[in-house]
Amino acid sequence: MEIGRIALSRRHALAGAGGLLLAAMLPRGPARAGTRIVEDQTGPFAPNAFVRIAPDDGITLILPNVEMGQGIYTGEAMLIAEELDVGLEQIQIEAAPPDDAYVTKLIGIQATGGSTSTIATWTSLREAGAVARTLLVRAAADRWQVDPASCQTEAGMVRHVPTGRTLSYGELAVEAAALPLPAGPVALRDPSTFRLIGHAQHRLDGPAKVDGTAVFGIDIQQPGMKIGTVAACPVMGGVLLHVDDSAARRVPGVRDVLTIGNAVCVVGDHYWAARKGLEALTITWDEGVNATVSTGTVYNQLHEALQGPAVVAHAKGDAKGAIARAAIRVEAVYQQPLLAHATMEPINCTIHVTPERCDIWVGTQVPMRARDSAAEVTGLPKEKVFLHNQYIGGGFGRRLEHEYVTQAAQFARQVSYPLKIIWSREEDLTLDRYRPAYVDRLVGGLDAHGNLVALSHRIVGPAVVARWAPEALLPNGVDDDLLLAAVETPYAIPAMFLDYARREAPGVVTAWWRGVGGTRGVFVIESFIDELAAAAKADPVAFRRRMTGDHPRARAVLDLAAEKAEWGSKLPPGGGRGVALQYVFGSYLATVMEVEMSDGGTVLVRRAVVAADCGRVVNPDQVVAQIEGGLIFGLSAALFNEVTLENGRVREKNFNTYRVLRMNESPAIEVHLIDSAEDPGGIGETGTAAAAAAAANAMAATGRRYRRLPLTGTQA
Amino acid sequence: MLTLQVNGAAHQVDVPDDMPLLWVLRDVLGLPGTKFGCGIGECGACTVHVDGRAVRACSLPVVLVGDRPVTTIEGLADDQVATEVSKAWLEIDVVQCGYCQPGQIMAAVALLKSNLHPSDDEVDQAMAGNICRCGTYRRIRAAIRNVAGAV
Repeated sequence: MEIGRIALSRRHALAGAGGLLLAAMLPRGPARAGTRIVEDQTGPFAPNAFVRIAPDDGITLILPNVEMGQGIYTGEAMLIAEELDVGLEQIQIEAAPPDDAYVTKLIGIQATGGSTSTIATWTSLREAGAVARTLLVRAAADRWQVDPASCQTEAGMVRHVPTGRTLSYGELAVEAAALPLPAGPVALRDPSTFRLIGHAQHRLDGPAKVDGTAVFGIDIQQPGMKIGTVAACPVMGGVLLHVDDSAARRVPGVRDVLTIGNAVCVVGDHYWAARKGLEALTITWDEGVNATVSTGTVYNQLHEALQGPAVVAHAKGDAKGAIARAAIRVEAVYQQPLLAHATMEPINCTIHVTPERCDIWVGTQVPMRARDSAAEVTGLPKEKVFLHNQYIGGGFGRRLEHEYVTQAAQFARQVSYPLKIIWSREEDLTLDRYRPAYVDRLVGGLDAHGNLVALSHRIVGPAVVARWAPEALLPNGVDDDLLLAAVETPYAIPAMFLDYARREAPGVVTAWWRGVGGTRGVFVIESFIDELAAAAKADPVAFRRRMTGDHPRARAVLDLAAEKAEWGSKLPPGGGRGVALQYVFGSYLATVMEVEMSDGGTVLVRRAVVAADCGRVVNPDQVVAQIEGGLIFGLSAALFNEVTLENGRVREKNFNTYRVLRMNESPAIEVHLIDSAEDPGGIGETGTAAAAAAAANAMAATGRRYRRLPLTGTQA
Repeated sequence: MLTLQVNGAAHQVDVPDDMPLLWVLRDVLGLPGTKFGCGIGECGACTVHVDGRAVRACSLPVVLVGDRPVTTIEGLADDQVATEVSKAWLEIDVVQCGYCQPGQIMAAVALLKSNLHPSDDEVDQAMAGNICRCGTYRRIRAAIRNVAGAV
């Protein structure tokens, strides 16, 4: 196992300790509460949690990870369909309900995130399909009284080769359901025979998302439903003291004004009534201890912790000694801001609480946590809480949080009708849970030949994992997510020292954000590698290349990106070209970016060329799409984004102040994939992780090094 | 009581005059294809056609629509340009999360109806008001170019 998976494999072990089931080998039998597999009473064939085949040939694949744009419904359906031997046009897909069967082993809970989905399901979903196919073949062979080895499968049919007889999977469903599961492991196809995997397939969700019929959480309609919108205390930790709702209740269409400890919800016949009602409230908050927090408070405490004690997170060789003896010593401090998720679909949740049951329609990356939270709020047992996961209009980690489901349940338990709560964009941005701000200091030593001899690195910032999965915080207090890109690099570095000073951000809750530790880590490491190259008076590509000694895959992507980007060719005046090389989420990426700086200080990213080796590819064009989109997402943040605080309140309230890269500002992007037979790496966050470093290095090539994000911000 | 012409049919609606067209479409007429993104006309997720022109439904008070025809993503089925746009979108798998795409498609259709062979700059100009957080811009641009090449 390569070092980049340290964090993942450790969480895997934790998951195992927590009672993880091998989903594809889930025993059939008595109804498993909460799965929809058992809601169908027609006696379908459901050998595991991922495949269900009905006598009418309805073939349903239940997909463990939620679709939020990353194409995972298509990719996971391909994995099952490849081994089940059905065409993608023959299947229907279903979002997994909350259930232990769908726990993501690498994360330890049922969650979609961390670029883990394909890594985690690469084998298990193929096995799920293969088990189903094996039983269907056996059922056919039993009916025909022939040797199963004389049967083949194709497109949802079993064929007895010598006689040409066929039976459809549906015709075999009842008999197959009565068979015991295969005793041992089932054989998987040789990759050379893959029909689907590795061959570009159109997205299964494409047509519905093009004709407007795709249902997102915000689109849910229920009989008798009313719509609410919320104002929570704008200062974290504050509480509601008093609300005067007399004017709100006079707004036509307003039906209810509901309160909980730290928020008010106005309910109306439609969103507009609720919104007008909310604006008509006079609310008095007790803002609490965070009422004086400002952005300066956040940054100051981070910079202060560059001095003083810290926990050793990683040490290899005598880095400090080597740096002391080095011919050239390079030091740099980098600063990264709080970031919002700003998903296109604002936070929403539809929930109906009755004395008997609770139904939740929501887009969530953590279905079980969301369900369990509603059970706790309503007092209903978990098996009476039904969560229906919906298409997510952008996740990026925002929907790894479920506090908006908790909040919706707290309001909905006060009324009898189905309640759809929609946060305004202002509420969405100012009550987000933010990517933390960080400060990093790096010190490097070069020998007389300009070779890197040692790296010393301090990370200062919050430990998101301490709140999100406290059991996963390392015993020494290190959040292993912060080690991404920082401990395992694409380089052979003779000596390294990394320590960590944990400082939790005051006044905000910090959370996962696309690329997690990889995004912050690649920015600082690859910026610093560029600074070392400059100190060594070396070409940035050549400097990196000669350090890739025992990482041939890193060298291959670097060479390919440099070649395709025509590294070294002349650029127009004001142009700069930069490179970033990374190994995070089990995938190698090299990114060459070209920027154009104007005299007025504006930066335009003209072109990005990426070479990627993410191991075996499931759906090649969607890998390309994730890298393209990840880069754009990362560039918005790298160039423009910073969440700032004043008097404990977030100042960026909408897209006019939280600027997102637009089409006229977006670069031409080329992505080149390297053929690989290695196991799949993750891809959803890699482009985002690359963006800031590649852009900063391209800008630096025009004359000035930028060490503070955003690159066009006031602190840059 | 207002009468709205939406997707070729007349609808009587009893709503406040200042209610944005977006919420009339979504919450009163049951047409959720048009999306809420920002509420201030900054993101384009709510783009619909009024009298054939792309407008931001979140910022258009319904009373100002009058008797002008409104077309939403649900009303494009029989439209020739829109059919080509849909095909082009599917051919190169433009969508990711898909939430902004009804607005993107409405903006693209309006552009191509007024200018079937837009230059790259004209495409950028027409589409710059539509944010996509998934970053599908390159493919949107390519899909529009493919429609222009096909028609």
